[in-house]
Amino acid sequence: MIAEKIGLARLSNVKCGQSARVESFNDEELSLKLLEMGCLPGVIVTIDQVAPLGCPVCIRFNNNNQLALRKSEADTITVTLV
Amino acid sequence: MKIALIGNPNSGKSSLFNQLTGLRQKVGNFPGVTVDKKSGQFKLSDNTVCTLIDFPGTYSIHPKSEDERVVLEVFTNPESIDYPDLAIIVADASNLKRSLLLFEQVSDLNIPTVVALNQLDTAQNKRITLNSSRLARILGVPVVEINARERIGIDGLKLAVAEQLKHKKTHQNPSFFSEESEVLADNICEEFSMSNRYVALLQAIHSDKLTFLSPEKIQHLKEKLNGFNSKKFQSDEVISRYADIGETLKEVVIEEAAPPQTFSQKLDDILLHRKWGYLIFTAVLLLMFQAVFTLAEYPMDFIDSSFGAMIEWLKERLPESQLTNLLTDGLLAGISGVVIFIPQIAFLFAFISILEESGYMARVVVLMDKLIRGFGLSGRSVVPLISGIGCAIPAIMAARTIGGWKERLITIMVTPLMSCAARLPIYTILIALVVPNKPVLGFFTTQGFALMGLYLIGFIFALLSSWVMSLLMKSSHRSMFVMELPTYQMPRWRSVLFTIYEKVMAFVWDAGKIIVAISIILWVLASYGPGDSLQKAEEQVIAENVDLPEDKLENKIAAARLQNSYAGMFGKVIEPAIAPLGYDWKIGIALIASFAAREVFVGTISTIYSIGAEAGDKTIKARLRNERKPNGEPVFTVATSMSLLVFYVFAMMCMSTLAVVYRETKSWKWPIIQFVYMTALAYVSAWGVFQLLS
Repeated sequence: MIAEKIGLARLSNVKCGQSARVESFNDEELSLKLLEMGCLPGVIVTIDQVAPLGCPVCIRFNNNNQLALRKSEADTITVTLV
Repeated sequence: MKIALIGNPNSGKSSLFNQLTGLRQKVGNFPGVTVDKKSGQFKLSDNTVCTLIDFPGTYSIHPKSEDERVVLEVFTNPESIDYPDLAIIVADASNLKRSLLLFEQVSDLNIPTVVALNQLDTAQNKRITLNSSRLARILGVPVVEINARERIGIDGLKLAVAEQLKHKKTHQNPSFFSEESEVLADNICEEFSMSNRYVALLQAIHSDKLTFLSPEKIQHLKEKLNGFNSKKFQSDEVISRYADIGETLKEVVIEEAAPPQTFSQKLDDILLHRKWGYLIFTAVLLLMFQAVFTLAEYPMDFIDSSFGAMIEWLKERLPESQLTNLLTDGLLAGISGVVIFIPQIAFLFAFISILEESGYMARVVVLMDKLIRGFGLSGRSVVPLISGIGCAIPAIMAARTIGGWKERLITIMVTPLMSCAARLPIYTILIALVVPNKPVLGFFTTQGFALMGLYLIGFIFALLSSWVMSLLMKSSHRSMFVMELPTYQMPRWRSVLFTIYEKVMAFVWDAGKIIVAISIILWVLASYGPGDSLQKAEEQVIAENVDLPEDKLENKIAAARLQNSYAGMFGKVIEPAIAPLGYDWKIGIALIASFAAREVFVGTISTIYSIGAEAGDKTIKARLRNERKPNGEPVFTVATSMSLLVFYVFAMMCMSTLAVVYRETKSWKWPIIQFVYMTALAYVSAWGVFQLLS
């Protein structure tokens, strides 16, 4: 509730075509992988595509990096909508 | 001199490797790991030849999969025979930030580096401009602009490497060590007399993954690590390195605003569309099958008739002797059984490599992930499963990219259920025998559908088997999906051709050896028997059939000899076991022979039925059709043929695959389980099919 008030959301709730700023990661192992791929806190990510069955989602950041990740994985990323 | 080639996946590393070494490559193993090591020689200058070692693509020195582990294993062990004197970092200019992370990590290991700046054309398309001489100044190591595809800048790269080997400049990164990690690293360095803090910490936090450490040392390192948050250390390291890289990039990169939607994204809108996505994927697969079957037919017919003519020719010229028979019926028949596969294997691997090169395979992974996740697989399992249509051996090796152990293991276990190229001749011949060839929907035929059906059965049972295994297996390993989506690109035809060449050669030599050996053994077993049993059988036939014309008599004699040969005895022994499936002892011989490699089946059947066949039954198909039981009924009825087809869909009949599974899982447990479950599945379903149809 509080989270929503100050504009925090989870990446899994961001709709296709929308963008959001990465705030923090709630999963240590996954976060390392994302960090290494250049998806750092502060980076703006855009949901490019959602696979036909609703999962995985394809995100784009830093202009030209594209990643696919599962909905459950996107759920561990806290973002603010922009 | 040893030079390592290292870079992110999709950075163009393999193209550069091929450009530098040409065809002077060999595939070996890294000590202690199962990952293939590609190495090759290249001339640095007139009097220096270097060994170039290609490392698996990775984003970081911290490994996430078996493939990536090899980098850590070699780079943190100066004693390793593969430890490089210098590392060429292949950097993707359109994604420089990420490449520099790996660069910083490698230079912190005190390994001299040269940065090969590749894919500048892609960068330009993405409106990114780079100042490479400035980058070189900031990094303190040579930065060379290359175009690995077009072979531009290769000589410059060699020059820079030669220069670096003389002077060995290394890059100094700002320290990212916290006070705690610094103390720990110094402590480890002192204890084990090491000089490099980063190496010390890498060894400590990944000690479980390093095979060169002794169990005592691992224990010792773990005690040292007690309470240290190594996950946090790693993420802090990455964040701090990226901060530093960001500063560097500000000075060397000019990035204009990207166009709102690139071509690649527009393509994704269609290829990942909720309806079109699957339709297009199905169409691509259909096209692949149809093309492989129709296109490969012509060269295969040609090979078949050429070998036939050659054998005929030799038989006419050479004196009639056992040695001639061994050469023609044993050896040459065996070799033709190898060569005839080449067109299909080449076409299959061409398609698979185009799917991978173009970037479409990654989209297929995205499309399939949710569909097959429920069966205990990951979307990434799609790549091995599709490659399994070609050959299970490279397919099983491709499963290394699957990070989670359970998913990887299940993928390895079920991939051989996908119908590989070696089953194709068996399918083709038996379908032609029992399925009438009627056109369906114009372009397709009933035989084509039957063939498709066999592939589908294999795929469906691969899914069902993995579902069962996922219920039986417990795993603490979590599975991670996160995957890079490469930009679509035209396949590099050179590299497609190279893959085809590589796979065909591997098949010809590896499978060829087995097939030829088995053909010879089989010929010997079918031509000789214990004591004088063959002689006796022959005399008995002559005595019983005094008034038969000569050619008929000869056939009877040959049949009697086969029955009394060693091969015949084997067949008779297992006949009771396979009779419920509808097979006679002759099929039994072929079945036994195919347990080494299933591609032997057609050759064996043709060897066995050529002995004692009616004159004029030139083709294998005609021989099978005319084969009769003692009571006059045909042997290859619909029931028997269908049961045989199903048996070959499921049976684990490939020693090489079992050997690879052993290599990949490092235990005999899994190949044994695989052999047992697949063979049991084959037996039970073949029995069911035969009982149902007869």
